[in-house]
Amino acid sequence: MENTNEMVLEFDSRSQNEGFVRVAVAAFATQLNPTLEEVADLKTAVSEAVTNVVIHAYREKTGKVRIECCVRGKEMTVTVIDYGVGIENIEKAMEPLYTTRPELDRSGMGFAFMEAFMDELEVESRPGNGTIVRMKKKFGCGQSPFA
Amino acid sequence: MKGSVQVKNQSLIIHVPKELDHHSALPIRQQADDIMRHQNIREVVMDFSGTDFMDSSGIGMMMGRYRAVQRNGGHMRAEHVNDRVKKILDMAGIGKLIEISRA
Ligand SMILES: Nc1ncnc2c1ncn2[C@@H]1O[C@H](COP(=O)(O)OP(=O)(O)OP(=O)(O)O)[C@@H](O)[C@H]1O
Ligand SMILES: [Mg+2]
Repeated sequence: MENTNEMVLEFDSRSQNEGFVRVAVAAFATQLNPTLEEVADLKTAVSEAVTNVVIHAYREKTGKVRIECCVRGKEMTVTVIDYGVGIENIEKAMEPLYTTRPELDRSGMGFAFMEAFMDELEVESRPGNGTIVRMKKKFGCGQSPFA
Repeated sequence: MKGSVQVKNQSLIIHVPKELDHHSALPIRQQADDIMRHQNIREVVMDFSGTDFMDSSGIGMMMGRYRAVQRNGGHMRAEHVNDRVKKILDMAGIGKLIEISRA
């Protein structure tokens, strides 16, 4: 069995937490000796997932966001969990440029960035119960195919 | 660095903060829209010289202001754009709509 290293964060879905959370996850990833570009990719993906919870999952309300990070070998898994409204049609939600909140200046690029900057992206959701976004990234593999 | 907004002639200059995310985009959007409602703005300049992080919230904020200045017959440009910001702008296809310069 390989060694794993886990970390969990739980915080309120307030926009001022977006910055510290992506920095905290990036700091946890330093054990993998990431390149600057890998750190930037990870931060962007985490920011997208957390911002979605703040804007979409809880809307005007405030709820809890849970982030679970697990490092296994050269790979890190980041799971972002909310208990908000959920997503009716995940396939549609993940299409680039698709947004349900255009009036809030959303561009519908969030999932596209998560997909581009991480190696794997998996979304599970139950309308009325919440959403789980699971992302994986392997570090130390050189350039991402999107560079 | 905190973002700030400034008007020079008919240009609205947005000094983008160090990290342009949902949280920091909100006040910039408000200030910019307030000015654009009351003044004849023909150009929006996004000054990225102090910026090293940006996500889709920055894209949305730029697109909203881009549409507003376009309605007024004006244009938008982005300057002092570093590699990371350039990559995000390119992935969102913004390079086709506005002039982007590294300097
Ligand atoms: N955690 C979530 N809970 C509920 N709905 C979500 C969640 N995450 C995403 N969505 C839905 O999926 C859609 C697409 O998300 P995505 O991040 O790609 O775009 P966006 O957030 O609308 O715009 P942008 O990310 O460019 O600001 C959202 O408009 C929203 O309807
Ligand atoms: Mg989003």
